[in-house]
Parts: sequence; structure tokens; C-alpha cells
Amino acid sequence: MPPRQYTLWISARKDSGSAWFLGGLALIVIVVPILNLVVPASSAFHISPYGLALIGKYLCYALLALAVDLIWGYCGILSLGHAAFFALGGYAMGMYLMREIGPRGVYGDPVLPDFMVFLNYKSLPWFWHGFNHFGFALLMVVLVPGLLALAFGWFAFRSRVTGVYLSIITQALTYALMLAFFRNDMGFGGNNGFTDFKDILGFDLDSGRVRLVLLVITAFMLAASYLICRMIVSSRAGRVIRAIRDAESRARFLGYRVESFKLWIFVFSAVLAGIAGALYVPQIGIINPSEFAPINSIEVVIWVAVGGRGTLYGAAAGALLVNYAKTYFTSALPEIWNYALGALFVLVTLFLPRGIIGLVQGREKKPGKTQRLPIQTGSPEPSEE
Amino acid sequence: MSARDKTLYLDKLTVSFDGFKALNGLTLQIEPGELRCIIGPNGAGKTTMMDVITGKTRPDSGTARFGPKLNLLSLSEPEIAQAGIGRKFQKPTVFEQLTVYENLELALAGDKSFLKTLFARRTAAQHKRINEVLEIIDLGNQQMMQARILSHGQKQWLEIGMLLMQNPELLLVDEPVAGMTPQEIERTAALLLSLKGEHSVVVVEHDMDFVRSIAQRVTVLHEGRVIAEGDMNQVQNDPRVIEVYLGE
Repeated sequence: MPPRQYTLWISARKDSGSAWFLGGLALIVIVVPILNLVVPASSAFHISPYGLALIGKYLCYALLALAVDLIWGYCGILSLGHAAFFALGGYAMGMYLMREIGPRGVYGDPVLPDFMVFLNYKSLPWFWHGFNHFGFALLMVVLVPGLLALAFGWFAFRSRVTGVYLSIITQALTYALMLAFFRNDMGFGGNNGFTDFKDILGFDLDSGRVRLVLLVITAFMLAASYLICRMIVSSRAGRVIRAIRDAESRARFLGYRVESFKLWIFVFSAVLAGIAGALYVPQIGIINPSEFAPINSIEVVIWVAVGGRGTLYGAAAGALLVNYAKTYFTSALPEIWNYALGALFVLVTLFLPRGIIGLVQGREKKPGKTQRLPIQTGSPEPSEE
Repeated sequence: MSARDKTLYLDKLTVSFDGFKALNGLTLQIEPGELRCIIGPNGAGKTTMMDVITGKTRPDSGTARFGPKLNLLSLSEPEIAQAGIGRKFQKPTVFEQLTVYENLELALAGDKSFLKTLFARRTAAQHKRINEVLEIIDLGNQQMMQARILSHGQKQWLEIGMLLMQNPELLLVDEPVAGMTPQEIERTAALLLSLKGEHSVVVVEHDMDFVRSIAQRVTVLHEGRVIAEGDMNQVQNDPRVIEVYLGE
């Protein structure tokens, strides 16, 4: 019996994790609109527009977690800079939304966004041209994070920067971008970023219906990205990626161009993060440089570790769970949230190396069959004399 | 596969690490189809020599060619692997989280670019070849197990199996019998002997009994250079070799 090859079809029996995950997303797409539109506002089960934005945000984070799991869980590259790609995708979408405001801004300038008028810009900077077209903005959502990841990854992987060193320079990358975007003369609104969006393609962003549609689109993007990631990791290339994680030089001596595999996966992962950011901004209504903060990228890694890395659906589930907890704790007990998050990460690392998903699977499977996946920051090199 | 007629030439290779000369004018030639054993005390430069041949370490001076045309010193590790040189590490290095079957599958000769592997389907011929190698390395019953579960000896065999899948012209085998039981050693010897002729094989080994059981020609390295070469009896009676080994 040869092991199964990659497939796009989900067998609920063989791949219960995928079935649960996609089933859950389908449930969200069906139930949330009913609770929003049909259930009266007086009912406890009614989902308000605020609730819609919250669920939409969780789904965007789940997509970001998926991107990080692909690069960390499968390829062993601990990126602590993925929030940068997320923010860049968000900024690209934000630029479209700012141009879309047009003359409805506070200063009423037909072309220049408010912050430019305020900062005495005489004309639109060159890199703002084109963003009045939605299609162009979508292209940039993919291209900007993708090209940055390509350039960054090309230098880093070619120089064989691995392990904690790579993690540190990804932190430096996102930190540098944060500082740059904080500057007023960068042309991205400085520390205020972009906000006060009016509409997207003519649809009012304050409308509950439009938010609902954005949420459903996010759910579909998450499902589609999940299926593509799953196709990649179950292909032969996916096995090569895991092989690189386990024994990089062995893969190299088998004739695989390790750098090229890492680069492809890194770029794809960055693009997913960018798409997540682009879906996030219209639902949350603001993007500013704090999205680049180094802590954000670290939080994503915690979501993935808590959910269970190297499973894809575990990462997404971790993002949903931790963020739900965050929403609850930051309103109920705001002062302890950071401690709770830190404690959660320590406890999961020590006692649940495969995350919550590992806990669930460990009960289903016979003892001894569970595998231990220690937190690792890179592929171990074989030690030689 | 091209005609298997490539000779490995190493000429005056010198590698130094912080002033220590790991290789010091090493000159060596491996004929096509030959089975060569390389012995020498610790630090003689055996592993460094393999690192140079496979592109992991660049020498300070000297030349390394495979066949009349191929300059190994200008190629990367994957390029050298694709050119037909396979390597087994001293410490068995397999893909621990993949199954035995998947380990062999990844070692298959063929196009190893990202896009090709992304859409690769396993052909019946490939499946057949994997099963043949599973038979040879006696891991048929373990094929669906993760490689990390295998015993040390089984991992050594799996790694040799991966080399066979690669179908290289030249195999570099670093300490293949370390940690093996006597029966496993015997079978490894038989396997390596069966490979010569079709492949050139270079074995680095400490175990003298094992070397004696397979070697035709033996090269002795000491302090980064060749001090003796010949059959086992000649080498054992060479006064310099005796001095190096007794002097340890």
C-alpha cells in the first residue's frame, strides 16, 4: 500500500481535522448571517455589527496564523516578522480606501487624503497613484508583501541564515518598518495611519450588510487558503519542506535547492499574510504603524503554538481561541492579559508541545503513537567531527 | 544516466581552519567502479575530504574534478548531488518525521525543482523502485513508520537506501557500520560489495575488520595527506602507517 498522494478532496474519516475546520467555517457562514439578520436585536443571540467586526477580525487572524504555520510548522523557519506582511497588505488596502473617500474628507480635497492636506502636501506622492483603482490595490496587496519577502528571503536564505538568527532579523525587519511608517514624511499618515473610511467599491462600510459580506468573503478566503496550503504540504514538495526542517543538509546532498524551496514557501506565506491584512482593514476601519510592532508577530507564533503547529487547522483554531480569550480578558481583567498570555505560552510549550490539537488527537489515538514536536527555531544540522 | 566512466580526481587539496590544516596537499584518484576504503586516525581529514567533494567546504587551493570536465569546486551541494555524487553522513541523517517510504521517495533521482515536486505524481515505476530498495535494505515492514522510530542500524540502512534511490555514480559513505550489530555489519559489507562495478564507492571507516572484509584498495590519510595506498597487507606492513597508528 503506497502512502496517499496529495489530494484536494477531504475524507472526513482520514482527515477529521480538516473536516472539523471546514465544517466550522461553513457553520459560521450560515449561522452568523442568521443571527445578525433574522434574530431580533433584543435577543441575547443577536450578533451586532460590532460582533460581526470581531468575528471578521478573528478570521483574518486565523489566516495569518495559517501563513505562519506553513513557514514555521512545516518548514521550520520561525518568522517573527509576519505581522509586517500583514500590515503591508493592510496598508495597500487602506490606500485604496483613503482614495475612495475622495472629496468627502474633512478638508474636502478632491484627491488628497486628509492627512496630506494637514501635512501640507501639494500633490499626491508617486506611490499613491493607481490606488484609486480597486484592482490595482488588490494587486499591490499581493505584490508588496510578496516582493519584500522575495528580497528578504533571497538574501537571508542564500546566506544560510537559519534558526534564531533568522528570527531576530525578521524582528528587525518589522521593527524597521514600524519606525519608517511612524514618520510623517513617509506619506503613509505617520502615527495616525489611515482611518475614517467611507466605502469599498461604493458599498458603505458602516452598513451591517456590507460587514456581513466582508465576513463571509473572509471565511471563504480562509477556506480557500487552507485548501491550497493543504495541497502544498501534502504534495511531494511539502514532504521536501518537512525534510528540510528535519535535516537541511541531507536534503541538500540529495540534490534539492533548499534555498529555493524556503524562498517559495516564505513568499507564499507572506502573500497569505498580506491578504489577511487587506481583509482586516475594511472590517476594523483603521490601519496604523502599531500593526508592525514586534510583539504582534510574536503573538501570532503563540497562537500557532497554542493551537498546534504543523497541522494548519490547529494554527487557525489557536488564533480563534487565543483572540477570543484576549477579547474577553482585556475587557474583564485588562491588567492581567499580558501575564496570562505569557503563562499560556510557557504552559503550552512545557506540557502541550503539540498544542490543543495534540491534546484532542492524543485522546483519540493510542498512547505512544503521539509524536513530540519540540519548539524548534530551525532545522538541526547533523553534527560531524 | 550518463555512461558510468567518471574518475574522481583530487589534486593538492588544502583546507585550513584557523591555521590548522585539515587537508594538506591531498592527492587522490578514484577509478570508475572502484571500491576504495579510506582509513586514518581522528583528525586525518577524512570527513573534510568528503565535505570538499560534496561542495560543503571550499578548499584554499587545489583542484577537484569528477570526470574530465566537471569542476566540483565551482558547483553547489545540490548541483554536485545532481551530477551523480551521493553522500552518507557519519551520523545517520534521515528525515525523522517522514515515513521510511517517504524518505526513499524524496531521494528518487529526477527533477528536484520546487514546481516539479509540487505537482509530481508518483509513477508505478517509481513505486516499484522504492519497493526494490525497501527489499534491499530490509525495511519493507517498517515502510509506513516514521524514520525516527528506527534503530540506529536501521537508520544507517535507510540512509544507504536513500543513496541507492539517488542512483549516483559515486557514493561517499562515512562510517557505515558504526553502531551496527555483527550481523548488520556483515550484510552491510555484502551490500557495499554488490555496488562496486556499477558505482564507484568510497568508504571511510574505523572498523579494521570491516575494512579488511571489503577492501581491495586502501588509502591511509594522516594529517591531511595520503601516507600510504595499496592492498590491505601492503598498507598494514607499511612502516609509516604502523608508526601513525602505534603513535596514537
